[in-house]
Amino acid sequence: MAEGNGTSTPIETDAVIIGAGPCGLFAVFELGLLDIKAHVIDILDRPGGQCAELYPEKPIYDIPGLPVVTGQGLTDSLMAQIKPFGATFHYSQRVDQLAKLEDGRFRLKTDLGTEFIAKVVVVAAGGGSFTPKRPPLAGIEAYEGTSVFYSVRRMDDFRDKDVLVVGGGDSALDWTLNLQPVARSLTLLHRRDDFRGAPHSVEQMRALVRDGKIALLIGQMTALKGGNANLSAITVKTKDGETDVAANRLLPFFGLTMKLGPVADWGLNLNENLVLVDTEKFETNTPGIFAIGDINWYPGKLKLILSGFHEAALMAQAAHKIVYPGKKLLFQYTTSSSSLQKKLGVS
Amino acid sequence: MVKITYIQPDGSSQTVDATAGMTVMETAKKHMIDGIEAECGGACACATCHVYVDAAWREKTGGPSDMEEDMLDFAFDVRPESRLSCQIKVTDALDGLIVRVPEKQF
Repeated sequence: MAEGNGTSTPIETDAVIIGAGPCGLFAVFELGLLDIKAHVIDILDRPGGQCAELYPEKPIYDIPGLPVVTGQGLTDSLMAQIKPFGATFHYSQRVDQLAKLEDGRFRLKTDLGTEFIAKVVVVAAGGGSFTPKRPPLAGIEAYEGTSVFYSVRRMDDFRDKDVLVVGGGDSALDWTLNLQPVARSLTLLHRRDDFRGAPHSVEQMRALVRDGKIALLIGQMTALKGGNANLSAITVKTKDGETDVAANRLLPFFGLTMKLGPVADWGLNLNENLVLVDTEKFETNTPGIFAIGDINWYPGKLKLILSGFHEAALMAQAAHKIVYPGKKLLFQYTTSSSSLQKKLGVS
Repeated sequence: MVKITYIQPDGSSQTVDATAGMTVMETAKKHMIDGIEAECGGACACATCHVYVDAAWREKTGGPSDMEEDMLDFAFDVRPESRLSCQIKVTDALDGLIVRVPEKQF
């Protein structure tokens, strides 16, 4: 499995699957049985989508044949099931552009610059792309990218700055520990004096506080101060009242939320943020672009993983006609077909 | 039937019938109460069904569990009366419950 190549030479493939959640993963299987090679792109750094991000440890009870399975367990099983098909995964990237070429194929480009040319595109993006939660503070948008960051891409952006890190999990703690040596000053703000992060990180953070190298503040942000995209202070409500923390860098860590994102810009017919498809092929209004799983809508749609699996199977039949025009598709069962079993590596 | 009242930030309120066994979040979704998003569908995994329990009801609903308290870290403007409504099960004892929907669910 390769990471994104980040170059401008497009990767040519049969299918690009957008989203590595359960439906995207099972699409690899269904396409693979029909000899359709796939590349899978996901904004998270690992497969599983919502199953991995929102409920890795929570039990799921409605997967046929599995009385109970966790989100992570289902993801791991699907990864094992699709292994024979050798799909290539591109993590931590979001597909920003999707356009149809004159030869009927599609060109895709991610935010990291990886480009693909594919005969079919399968949008299996679930609730959309996971994006960091933006604290609902008035005017925060104006500071984003200059003073407010939701991740650290370059440590240098924080060198000799007055940094306020907000949150109580591993991201907040890790970046507190990592940025402390480069920042001019660093304050960690959390709503309670109790941290979810790894105990070792919590200890290290507490030691820095004891040594006077960072400040720990218990409270919540209520307002931002500054101008011209440059933050100067953050108003914080503590149990003793409101106080201003001088800072020109803010790193809020409040988890992730799902946003439809660029999917809305690809000319696909939508119904309230869901992609409209037919129920024979699960194809969008653009032939060759399919949508399966939670992201699609059709009359009677149920947002169930099992429905997405069914959609993947029917989508693959239609995709075969595009990838192998004129080639007759013989319907076969994995139980009895030696050719399918060969593809699965079991015969 | 158990009655639950949801009060919006603008002061408007809706009183709806709830069924024992459902959660305060599910009841809100069923009656399309504004401001309860419940992105994760009730798995205590997203903090977008945050509510403030009316002072008179805090004892009856109880406080958040440790897991819920952790998840409340992802909510905005958390107060002592904050709960995730997916974690409050409706019981007959909660007949008349009043909860306030926060300004924003992030």
